[in-house]
Amino acid sequence: MSGNGASSSSLNMISGEDVVNNNLSALVVDDSPLLRLLHDIHLKKYGLKVQVAENGKVAVDLFHLGASFDLVLMDKEMPVMNGVEATKELRAMGVTSMIVGVTSKNGPGEQQAFMEAGLDYCFEKPLTPEIISFLLEELNKHNNKN
Amino acid sequence: MDRYGMQNQIACIRRSLFDQGYLDEQFIQLEELQDDANPNFVQEIVTLFYTDSTRLIQNIELTLTSRPTNFSKLDDYMHQFKGSSSSIGAKKVTSECAVFRQYCAAGNAEACIRSFQHIKQEHAILRKKLEFYFQMMGQAAVAQTT
Repeated sequence: MSGNGASSSSLNMISGEDVVNNNLSALVVDDSPLLRLLHDIHLKKYGLKVQVAENGKVAVDLFHLGASFDLVLMDKEMPVMNGVEATKELRAMGVTSMIVGVTSKNGPGEQQAFMEAGLDYCFEKPLTPEIISFLLEELNKHNNKN
Repeated sequence: MDRYGMQNQIACIRRSLFDQGYLDEQFIQLEELQDDANPNFVQEIVTLFYTDSTRLIQNIELTLTSRPTNFSKLDDYMHQFKGSSSSIGAKKVTSECAVFRQYCAAGNAEACIRSFQHIKQEHAILRKKLEFYFQMMGQAAVAQTT
């Protein structure tokens, strides 16, 4: 599934029942310090424990060292190891975390190639409150099944 | 100026940034992420943006002066610039970045150079306006404690 991150709902519309998730963890993988900070604070607002990585290799190394995350936000274009390569590696390692691609390139072909690497979803950055709510709902559904 | 006068002035400054098209709803989402745990979040993000974008401007300028023009590199830099700009809600800067990328895709170096001047102009104008806005907010915060 791919989505457009440009809608405008306010965080104030999200009720307290909805989305505080104290048991969920997330890894934000982005070479932009601005985007790392933005998504970091955004996810923490929803109660997630968040770590950041500045490229795909750092992310893959974290998993190799035994780290695990419920959610991975993966930027596409990064130096050293890009999001497509990192996603392929993580899936090849058997990582079952929800991996969500975030990209600022809009071409459908680009998103498709990224999805085929093993993403669960792909959205334009930055992620909006509605998209984060949606992802957390999906994560909660997935965790309740297991 | 009394406290209420100052607050009114700040509200007017803020409103004009949106009315004149300098900022869009993404800036509102940044403001909504600011709280007691992150009281200077918006200013931090904007500062990060200007640090990052200044570096990108230098890289773009260097690439524009090289011959033959490396449009692929230019597009990569501008993709990053556009991503960062849209993340802080810098509406005019983001629009100009999109125009630049169109000229890049068309391989039109002269148009890229002209477009880049517009980008730098909007980048500088927004910086001045935001610096003034944050300065006023700082003064209002001090006034509230006295």
